[in-house]
Amino acid sequence: MNANNSAPVCRAADGALSVRDVTKIYDPEGVHVVALEHCSLEIAAGEFVAVVGPSGCGKSTLLNIMAGFDYVTHGEILLDGAPLATPDTRPRPGSDRVVVFQQGALFPWKTVLENVTYGPVVQKQLDQSAAETKAREMLARVGLSNIEKSYPGQLSSGMQRRVEIIRALINDPKVLLLDEPFRAMDTVTKSASHEYLLELYNATGKTIFFITHDLEEAIFLADKVAVMTTRPGHIKLAISVDLPRPRNYRMLASQEFLRLKSQLVEAVHEEAVKAFQAGEREMA
Amino acid sequence: MAVMRKASLATRINQKLASKSFWRGVTAVIGFFGLWQVSSMGALPFMSAIPTPVEVAQAFWKLLFEPKYWAGWRDSGQRVFFGFAAAQILGIPLGLGTGWKRNFNHLTFPVFELLRPIPPLAWVPVSILFWPTNELSIAFITFIGAFFTIVVNVLGGVGSIKKELVYSAISFGASPSQVFWRVVLPATIPSIATGMMVGIGITWNVVIAAEMIAGNTGLGRLTWEAYLAGYTPGIIVGMISIGLAGYVSSGLVKWVSELLMPWKRIF
Repeated sequence: MNANNSAPVCRAADGALSVRDVTKIYDPEGVHVVALEHCSLEIAAGEFVAVVGPSGCGKSTLLNIMAGFDYVTHGEILLDGAPLATPDTRPRPGSDRVVVFQQGALFPWKTVLENVTYGPVVQKQLDQSAAETKAREMLARVGLSNIEKSYPGQLSSGMQRRVEIIRALINDPKVLLLDEPFRAMDTVTKSASHEYLLELYNATGKTIFFITHDLEEAIFLADKVAVMTTRPGHIKLAISVDLPRPRNYRMLASQEFLRLKSQLVEAVHEEAVKAFQAGEREMA
Repeated sequence: MAVMRKASLATRINQKLASKSFWRGVTAVIGFFGLWQVSSMGALPFMSAIPTPVEVAQAFWKLLFEPKYWAGWRDSGQRVFFGFAAAQILGIPLGLGTGWKRNFNHLTFPVFELLRPIPPLAWVPVSILFWPTNELSIAFITFIGAFFTIVVNVLGGVGSIKKELVYSAISFGASPSQVFWRVVLPATIPSIATGMMVGIGITWNVVIAAEMIAGNTGLGRLTWEAYLAGYTPGIIVGMISIGLAGYVSSGLVKWVSELLMPWKRIF
């Protein structure tokens, strides 16, 4: 796989997310945990946005709300101008916003091919054989044809995550929501996975919302890196990454990359210290 | 797809014969029977009531030609089969429902937890009073033995389903009933298999005890009658037969559960 030879970037027409003054309170009557407070973020159609921040700051909460797994308490999220999450509407998951989870969520009892065809078949978009044809085509394009009959348990974590991204993309979502998908990987697998994801991003132009702890990963992948504050979380600052696409690993040593990194380190470190101190207080 | 390559029978036998662990096993088994023979022949005074392996083997051989012995296998087997099957048929749906549906849980779980600690054998008297025939009461007690085990296992299995699996099914557009049938159920199969493995062992425990108390036939009854008649080789033959019966049933259950889980069979 070589990111340098990717197809020219084509931007998708839709998939713009607008997070407007979102507050999320868990258990408002009882424990009253404020996970998000006045959180706002604009994501353009086809933009790759990475969110970084200390553990427990509410990054995953925001992603779960976007995915339709949870309510917002105040504020709203719009997808292409239409309300996606408001305090009054029931959360509505949908195949236009597919999630790839940190721990992986391939169905262990289904083969790779059955996993990939799950979405289109369950939505009755395609019948089984049409879905299989499309799935084979997509797996072939990324060099995964040889594993279509394998069960997820037989694959490495890198391979599993690649299949999972294909399983998401076959639904032709407007937005891909990635919750630290490469977290548990070793450095080598991780950097190969980065190139793989960028290649798919360049080819499809999907909007991507990517949560991570890893600042280098965030800069290397994203158009925009948003820093979230410690709980209650909101977006503290968003930095545009002006590195040209297609990206390649040599950029990791470029002046621009290092400048962005030091800027992010400052911002994240401040929050990490706050989170750490808050943790100490909770312990006392 | 990775398929385990099966060596030919001859190669496998040769490998067995060449391995030290195999010969250690053989030595252990021969040693066990040797020690038993010597000690019950008088080397150890407290073993004098126990028949020697040779006497047991002779008794076994004689029993093989008695229809009563095979009737015992049939009757015990039937009781285990019906009790076990009924426990699965009622227990698996109950476990799934209790684990997945909050309201159903609130309705059933308290009563379930009230009844669960009562040991199967404590059900014997009430079961004899309640059921019209002895046969039904023994099958019922057997059912009790497997029922609580399977329900607890299924309940635990449903509780430990990764929520990401459910979330992704929902986000791909699965309806609540599709989530139940296509995610919750398959994700619970490994726990169902564990419940069945533990349950089949318990049913044999229970059926033997129930036969000794309430039965007229079966392997448990044969063993007990041999004791009442003071025919000690018969007792040991009964014990060995019960062990064999349990071993065969566990093998069957294992075979069925592997059929249900092709994704686990490959390893």
